[in-house]
Amino acid sequence: MTLVDYLADQGDRLFGLTIEHAMIVLISVALSTIIGVTIGVLTYATATPRRISLAITGVFLTIPSFALFGLLVPILGLGTRSAVVALVMYGLLPIVRNTVTGLRIVDPAIIESGQGMGMGSFRLLFRIKLPLAWPVIITGIRVAAVITVGIAAIAAVINGPGLGKDIFRALARFGTPTSVPQTLSAILGIIIIAVLIDLAFVFIARLTTSRGIRA
Amino acid sequence: MPDMTTTHVANGAEPMIRLQGLTKVFPGQARPAVDSLDMDIAAGEIVILVGPSGCGKTTTMRLINRLIEPTSGRIILEGEDVTSVNPDKLRRRIGYVIQQVGLFPHQTISDNIATVPKMLGWDRKRIRSRVDELLAMVGLDPSTYRDRYPKHLSGGQRQRAGVARALSADPPVMLMDEPFGAIDPITRDRLQNEFLRLQETIRKTIVFVTHDIDEAIKMGDRIAILREGSQIAQYDTPAHILSAPADDFVADFVGSGASLKRLNLSRVRDVELVQWPTAGVSSSRSEVMAALRASDKGAVLVLDEARRPARWLAGQDLAREDLPLGELGHPAEAIVQPHVSLGDALNEMLKSRVGCAIVVDESGAYLGTVDFATVSGEIQALRRDARERSRAQLEVMHPAGIGDA
Repeated sequence: MTLVDYLADQGDRLFGLTIEHAMIVLISVALSTIIGVTIGVLTYATATPRRISLAITGVFLTIPSFALFGLLVPILGLGTRSAVVALVMYGLLPIVRNTVTGLRIVDPAIIESGQGMGMGSFRLLFRIKLPLAWPVIITGIRVAAVITVGIAAIAAVINGPGLGKDIFRALARFGTPTSVPQTLSAILGIIIIAVLIDLAFVFIARLTTSRGIRA
Repeated sequence: MPDMTTTHVANGAEPMIRLQGLTKVFPGQARPAVDSLDMDIAAGEIVILVGPSGCGKTTTMRLINRLIEPTSGRIILEGEDVTSVNPDKLRRRIGYVIQQVGLFPHQTISDNIATVPKMLGWDRKRIRSRVDELLAMVGLDPSTYRDRYPKHLSGGQRQRAGVARALSADPPVMLMDEPFGAIDPITRDRLQNEFLRLQETIRKTIVFVTHDIDEAIKMGDRIAILREGSQIAQYDTPAHILSAPADDFVADFVGSGASLKRLNLSRVRDVELVQWPTAGVSSSRSEVMAALRASDKGAVLVLDEARRPARWLAGQDLAREDLPLGELGHPAEAIVQPHVSLGDALNEMLKSRVGCAIVVDESGAYLGTVDFATVSGEIQALRRDARERSRAQLEVMHPAGIGDA
């Protein structure tokens, strides 16, 4: 059976899995963004908290995904919940790191002039610092999204949703005529999701970045 | 001996800003950056804080809007003690311009200028008309620049936008930290002149920090020369600082050529012009000769139909019959207008063969000349002033008779 035949035969089911896969990625990245940007904002200004937050989120990324899923199951059980938690943990490092970097490279003269005009720290953060750091932050979110698309496939070992299911099924039936096209079609879906998400981020970044600081 | 602080405190009207015993000790530093500073800043004046690097001039300025909180002492603004009021509210009453300008790059020029009015809750219509008014005031066409971003502006234009932003809520006081420091010399000169002209209409109280004594002399109504710890070495008008430096530190800081610098404070319009014989370009040779004989000068200035200086003619030039008057002699050079400083006029006359600068009005018509005698007379007058002033100070410090009693 060729890949094309397989796709024609299983198209609807594969489409459903692809949507599922994309959804778990988007939900995880959204949560990573909320948590990661908050951690970045809270820790960027002082050295010790900043180092601690970057070290911890860095360690998350080095835990092999199989192991992390395995660790989460006893706590959260099998299924989507454990998968999302693991994916959120993997997405944190690029977001925290880019939030910290983006906020730290804002020109001090801009901050001084804002303070000098009587902007309080809240206003400075939301009106000046975050908008100026945004292009760097959204790049971090984009990296997190792309990493997550790949790792989400492994989430199938703990009964997570998405295209990973097909990869593990094919692996279990290794040697049967459909196992190779099944794996290839899942990989193809993952690649398509990754490319589409990447493109979407380029577009969103352009749309949400002020014309005054666009490259 | 009188209390020396009185020399730092203006008499009469209540000062716009009064600093009392203002002190700042940075953590981990043994010596205060600003050490018990007393200073009055009169309303409507440009006061320059100038001194060598590390003297505490920028720290002093930032203490006024409390970007740096004082360790002790008081800041009084318009008679109100603002040492412990809400700093953000205080800063909205004080314009702030820094060398790097610090425009918000993600906001349009109009949004940048509207920063403080928005925080003060002005309505949109009022903000819009104020922004346009300010842009026009600083010489940026509102319809062109309103919606541009800072990256689209040149350095000079950004600095103007920065000044407009500082003036947005019409604060009585402006703090300017080396505002023209990062701009090329030609643009800087133009911006300085524009700013002085603007100040003639807005009459703000301005505290201006610079390390450049020439800029201080040019921009200041009053200059405070600071030494380490923001100690006032002399607080006086530029003219007095140049002609009567309080001590060696001030004299050193002002540097050599104080007389030349002093000349930059006098304008051509302030001195009596020297008249040379003149003749119209269509005059006859005998008329020109008569004009030359009637004066003690060695040359006649030929003016064109609009009375603009055209040529210098000496007696021997008239002997040449083959050329019309307009082509005899040599061209009239070194032409200046009355608002030019005597220093610049002196520079021009050094280029002139006749040894004087020709003064013309706006239309270019001849008014008179300035020569070396005028300039040296002015220098002597300045020296006499300085001598009398220091003698008068001596009288105050050691009044005659008291010591003998």
